[in-house]
Amino acid sequence: MSDTWVILGATSAMARAFAQALAAEGAALVLTGRDTADMQATAADCEIRGADGVKVMRFDARAPETFAPILSDYEGRTGSLNVAVFVGSMPQQSQIDEDPGLLDGVIQDSFTGPARFLQTIAPMMEARGEGAIVGVGSVAGDRGRIGNYVYGSAKAGFHTYLSGLRNRMGRTGIHVMTVKPGFVDTAMTWGIEGMFLVASPQDVARDILKGLKKQRNVLYTPWFWIIIMTIIRTIPERIFKKLSV
Amino acid sequence: MTWKIDSAHGWGRVLASEGRFARPERASHLKSLMAEAPCPAVGGLRSYGDAALNSGGDAIRMERMNRLASFDAETGVLEAEAGITISELLKVFAPRGWMPAVVPGTGFATLGGCIANDVHGKNHHEAGSFGQHVLSLRLIGPDGTARTISPKKSARLFAATIGGLGQTGIIESAKIQMLPCPALSMDVRERRMDSLAEFLAAFEASTADFSVGWVDATALGTDLGRGVLEEAAFTERASPFYKQAKSKRIPMDAPGFALSGPVVKLFNAGYFRRVPEAGRTRTRPLHDFFFPLDRLHDWNRLYGKRGFHQFQCVLPEAGAAMALERMLKEIATSGLASPLVVLKKMGPGRAGPLSFPMEGYTLAVDFPNRPRVPALLNRLEEQTVAAGGRIYFAKDSLMRAEHVAQMYPELDAWCEAVAKADPEGAFETDLVRRLKLRGQS
Repeated sequence: MSDTWVILGATSAMARAFAQALAAEGAALVLTGRDTADMQATAADCEIRGADGVKVMRFDARAPETFAPILSDYEGRTGSLNVAVFVGSMPQQSQIDEDPGLLDGVIQDSFTGPARFLQTIAPMMEARGEGAIVGVGSVAGDRGRIGNYVYGSAKAGFHTYLSGLRNRMGRTGIHVMTVKPGFVDTAMTWGIEGMFLVASPQDVARDILKGLKKQRNVLYTPWFWIIIMTIIRTIPERIFKKLSV
Repeated sequence: MTWKIDSAHGWGRVLASEGRFARPERASHLKSLMAEAPCPAVGGLRSYGDAALNSGGDAIRMERMNRLASFDAETGVLEAEAGITISELLKVFAPRGWMPAVVPGTGFATLGGCIANDVHGKNHHEAGSFGQHVLSLRLIGPDGTARTISPKKSARLFAATIGGLGQTGIIESAKIQMLPCPALSMDVRERRMDSLAEFLAAFEASTADFSVGWVDATALGTDLGRGVLEEAAFTERASPFYKQAKSKRIPMDAPGFALSGPVVKLFNAGYFRRVPEAGRTRTRPLHDFFFPLDRLHDWNRLYGKRGFHQFQCVLPEAGAAMALERMLKEIATSGLASPLVVLKKMGPGRAGPLSFPMEGYTLAVDFPNRPRVPALLNRLEEQTVAAGGRIYFAKDSLMRAEHVAQMYPELDAWCEAVAKADPEGAFETDLVRRLKLRGQS
């Protein structure tokens, strides 16, 4: 019986690379997101690469009614069941500054939507007593910065949620891993200036799989971001507030 | 963001362009970009000159449109998005017994790029060109609509698209016929060739499925045209397990003297003697055999910041020996060649009016970008024309427009099809403008 992975936000470049890597290992996949046509294309790709069946389902972080069909599909499956969360949205901070109404959507996409989904699926996973949860956050969640503090605070909330969930789920043998990618070369970051040490989505996917095998709790990817973020976190606030890093 | 302002350069790093780049990840995004403002597509940026450049304009980078769409394990028919690389196809399908029928010298080339340049490989004399194995393709026109074309449906447009340098539209995906791949390694037989005459005779006598020659382009006199002939076939021994070596990066541009005449001469002499006099046979993993240079990820930096030119011509069989001798003499006397010189016998296979291959011999020589190189390449170009041959657009950065029609006699038919497919010239590139391929406009 192969592992099943439910992937939330399967249209992102990182999720696509992660799904392809899982497919090559023969996993069964449930791809969820909003752009069904795009997920169908990824599903076909994953099937050819060796996935043991791929299903496409609609998931919208802002529409909790889309959760139920995914959960009931999940209930009907056997074997090891796992969830990976790649959802999130990052409008430019300047756009949010102009239109504060955008803030709610960012929080829903990046934090409360996926958290609510995980909150609902948690007891089902506990009942089975096996499986893993991967939550993709961001180094932007480690400290609020002028450049993207709304997105950062949503991810910070998600990190804190995942840490609590890890504390809870560990008791029934379910591993929860928080992933904090640095700059990744995706559609979200295409054309943004000032990026450095950019990782490919494939690098991140590989790191996530490795981290899972080692049962890492919090994974910075690429690894050197733990150093960068440790430095950024230790800058005293009275200095940090004058910086624009 | 949709657009990124960036620069791009050909693989030779002599020609470059600035402009806006979009990199769609989904078909819907690609289509909306095209409906807004159509522009040329670029793939792995492995063509050497300006085939993938559009100075001051927009371009669509196809590398993220790279998914497999369908695969029939019985027949080996594969459909995939155009941005997928040849190396990825080989990696996924070789273990299942299939491979692209034609594999070019770099695995970083994309499916779309291989079609748009109708590339060839080490088995050209057997398998023909890449385009001959394309069953159908999805082409997005300047109005943003996609349609499926094939040798049966819109045959002229299909042919003009194969080797058509992206001028008919954006290749979104293609269906190709793959070839059986019976093993994951090749038995590669290497033999020293002491002269050009011996080299050509060996090519004529060769029965190998895959063959390619390396030539010492510094050797003169009785050594002129000496080199090493590689012939390969799928191994019949149990394939050993190979861990794919991680590709290394070149950390900086090499200094100018790295490829100076005396250094190259010394290197070539050593490279020639590397193969024992009696020859040798080695078993090599497919990836190493097909893409020997890909292990040095950005080997073009070895030529320094000034970059390099590649001259690649094909000469018709009749008279090829004489023309090759004259060219090699000219090259060796100049002392400008780098060690990268390839000689190969080609079959007649080609699929489009602008396809490069012709039955005969193809010679490819890399030259570091030095002041005397353009004049030398002009002379080689004259000799190519005189011998009835042609120059490969995918490699060129110096050719002159006046020779195009002579080298490519079907140019008019191609122009007609292109004018119909893209009347506004939305897909024009620097190469097309430099060589006035679409007419004198």
